[in-house]
Amino acid sequence: MTTHAVRIESVSKIFNPGRPNEVQALVDIDLDISPGEFVTLIGPSGCGKSTLLRLIASLIDPTGGTIHVNGKSAEQARLDQDYGMAFQRAGLFDWRTVARNIELPLELMGWKKSERERRSKEMLELVKLGEFGDHHPAELSGGMQQRIAIARSLSFSPSLLLMDEPFGALDEMTREHMQDEVLRLWSETGTTVVFVTHSIPEAVYLSTRVVVMSPRPGRIATTIDVDLGGRNDDTRAETPFFEKVTEVRAALRAVEAA
Amino acid sequence: MDDPLVREQLVRQQAATLDRRAAAGRGLRQVAVFSVFVVVLGFLYSGYKIFGQAIDDAQTDWPALGSVLPRTDDLNMPPILDILGEFTVTPGGTDQILGRQLFDEAMFTLREATVGFLAGIVVGLAIAIALARSRRLERGLFPYVIASQTIPLIAIAPLVIVWGRKNLDFVPWEWQDWMSVSIIATFLTFFPVAVNGLRGLQSPKPENLELMESYAAGWGQTLRRLRFPAAIPYLFTAAKIAATASVVGAIVGEISAGVGGGLGRRVFLEAQRYTTGPERLYAAVIASAVLGIFVFLVITAAEKFTLGRQGREALS
Ligand SMILES: Nc1ncnc2c1ncn2[C@@H]1O[C@H](COP(=O)(O)OP(=O)(O)O)[C@@H](O)[C@H]1O
Ligand SMILES: [Mg+2]
Repeated sequence: MTTHAVRIESVSKIFNPGRPNEVQALVDIDLDISPGEFVTLIGPSGCGKSTLLRLIASLIDPTGGTIHVNGKSAEQARLDQDYGMAFQRAGLFDWRTVARNIELPLELMGWKKSERERRSKEMLELVKLGEFGDHHPAELSGGMQQRIAIARSLSFSPSLLLMDEPFGALDEMTREHMQDEVLRLWSETGTTVVFVTHSIPEAVYLSTRVVVMSPRPGRIATTIDVDLGGRNDDTRAETPFFEKVTEVRAALRAVEAA
Repeated sequence: MDDPLVREQLVRQQAATLDRRAAAGRGLRQVAVFSVFVVVLGFLYSGYKIFGQAIDDAQTDWPALGSVLPRTDDLNMPPILDILGEFTVTPGGTDQILGRQLFDEAMFTLREATVGFLAGIVVGLAIAIALARSRRLERGLFPYVIASQTIPLIAIAPLVIVWGRKNLDFVPWEWQDWMSVSIIATFLTFFPVAVNGLRGLQSPKPENLELMESYAAGWGQTLRRLRFPAAIPYLFTAAKIAATASVVGAIVGEISAGVGGGLGRRVFLEAQRYTTGPERLYAAVIASAVLGIFVFLVITAAEKFTLGRQGREALS
């Protein structure tokens, strides 16, 4: 049996159980993700996408069910630093230079200085910001900061990348540019990606599988497989892309009407 | 460059250069404003003196007003030039000009203040870290940190001196009274450091704390790499308050505990023999103010340097 990158079995999450402000955030979530997949979670705001991602990251614990990452418990995977994470806001430390931001996880893992520096240089090249290592984050635009955050999440070569609306705050042009960047990184590094978004075209363009979620309480409505092959500048203008966009949109409509 | 992000970057760099120039302009303007302020203060003082003199001369016409307004004769308000001139006069019974004596005394007080300042940073930071570590400690202890500042400094100063002489003889060096004055200053300096330090340690955004958690970083690691660096601008704000407070604490400590050698003692003595040389008291007060401004400027410069190197700006 091959090990799943992520295996989620009948997971539910209740915030503040037994209290007046109790929230049933997720019920009955089952989801298996194979190594190398690019899975996006999409759904109306408040349907539990971030919650699901944070459960995989073991930043919070499920109320019921089990989550395995690389065949171990989610918590063990976190302790083993099996995943990297990027959020909607880049969340760089503004007192550190760009290079030292990328080195942060490596410092925590006890890498030697020379190796850290070599690695951050590589990562800066990878996100095409080679000449900006000595800058401070405040000197960079939002899109560049987001690239640095992604470089930081990939710096220790995690086998799993968790991204929560990482391009939500970017303008459309920058966003499409970043999508291509992420696809390139994904194919170059071979990591598994779980990607939260509320943009349908983004989900279709990036994924091998789109997971459509429904709200109140959050559950998985459908999953839609996507196979666009190698993406290029024309992909977004071609029929297969439109058909998938239409399919995902219909699924979301059904979810919101329910 | 085909990369839109890199192009945007160039625009940003130009903006940053303009920002820096504007900041330099602001610094110059602050110096100018302060100089003007000092000069205006001098003119107001002299102007009021002339005005009051005129009223005094017309006492018969303005009996009520003349008796309410502060006296403006040379004993109560010595002319500014006399005060400034006093710095170069060698007082009777001594062999150095007053300016030199005040400088030496300022150095004595500065030593007390510096030790009190540094001790305040250490104590304040320790309290801030402890309170940041535990919610319960914060809720239980924070009110007492606040309450500590309601104790009148003047009342405890003599106690600290006596206590220092009697109980602190176990230290490996000889305990001296000025060290007790430093303890008194510490009492004022730890407070802003503890309060602002706590705010600074609690300032990281949830997503940054979550990031550290995702790396499985422990509390110590998070303190060292996130909370403490995030607190530095807050600590500089606290340090500016603490630096001036350390001078106040040292001067008040000297006066109320009768410790000789510093500016506090000098102010006290000159107040006692005011009638024979009012200019000397004014000169001593000016020296104290200059010392306070000096330590403030030193910390401000350190703040600019440190935060500038980290590409950050001071909290306003
Ligand atoms: N820490 C929390 N405490 C209480 N309720 C929460 C918390 N985090 C999320 N929720 C609730 O859980 C639901 C799902 O939230 P979230 O996962 O952020 O949705 P999404 O990311 O899909 O917009 C929402 O109703 C939200 O209010
Ligand atoms: Mg969310």
